[in-house]
Amino acid sequence: MAIELFRIDDRLVHGQVVVGWGQPLDIGFIVLVDDDVAASEWEQDLYRMGVPPDMTVTFESVASAAQQLARYQADRRRGIVLTADIGTMARLAAAGPVPAVNIGGVHHKSGRTQRLRYVFLTPEEEAALRAMAARGVTVTAQDVPATRPMPLDEVLDARGEH
Amino acid sequence: MSEGGDAPPPRPRAVVAAHGDLAAGFVSAVAQITGRGDALVPLTNHGMGGEQLEQTLRETLAASGARLVFTDLPGGSWTIAARRVQRTDASVVLVAGVSLPVLLAWVTAADGDAASMAADAAEKGRRALLVAGGAAAPGAAGGD
Repeated sequence: MAIELFRIDDRLVHGQVVVGWGQPLDIGFIVLVDDDVAASEWEQDLYRMGVPPDMTVTFESVASAAQQLARYQADRRRGIVLTADIGTMARLAAAGPVPAVNIGGVHHKSGRTQRLRYVFLTPEEEAALRAMAARGVTVTAQDVPATRPMPLDEVLDARGEH
Repeated sequence: MSEGGDAPPPRPRAVVAAHGDLAAGFVSAVAQITGRGDALVPLTNHGMGGEQLEQTLRETLAASGARLVFTDLPGGSWTIAARRVQRTDASVVLVAGVSLPVLLAWVTAADGDAASMAADAAEKGRRALLVAGGAAAPGAAGGD
């Protein structure tokens, strides 16, 4: 399978993604799925700056990403699909085949409760993650490859101690 | 001779924003080598998302008056945050990929405008990179 990782990370393209995951997984392309970024050349230029020369980044809205998923899966290279938030990944998973979701970074905001060091969730976000899991998507939290992927149930039971 | 007792401490002139505790380590090293650690404000990304990084950087620049930001990774989240700040404040100068030689060159340079000082320091940092050694150890098997 060409897409190695479907990741939710509110920092989108950054060191953990490009280096932390990109190097060990030999990632050749990133698909950044975000309706706002897909509509803004300035935002796209910003994230292109963060991608090394041997990696490409493409920008898709949720609708266009859902249409293009099969093409990305057929790519000879290995890729990462990135969304900044749970809602965007949930919409993508509802529209196309997403076998597994990696929660990589959802940080503190008003209304969110801390679950892990790098995961804070609102009740609505927890419900969206549970709904994805109920549809057969494997949902785990793992910030970098060297750590253990934590199953969703364990994430939702956690109180920030990890 | 000045009057009025001790002079106020010098204001920081630049922010160092890096992953983990790297920025604090850089500032500690600069202080140890030059005694000028007070010229730098270290920032960590611990526990912060993209919006918080940008907000923290804006607040730190406003509080310190600094116009120069050093970040560690050119594609890292601090660099993205600094670029967002620059979008609304063109006076801010960014140097990404900072190293200790860059900071030492900058902190010991004579005062000037932020952009040219940053460019000079970055160039000195490039020239400070060194690769040495690599010859096969005596007795090691040679390949031919």
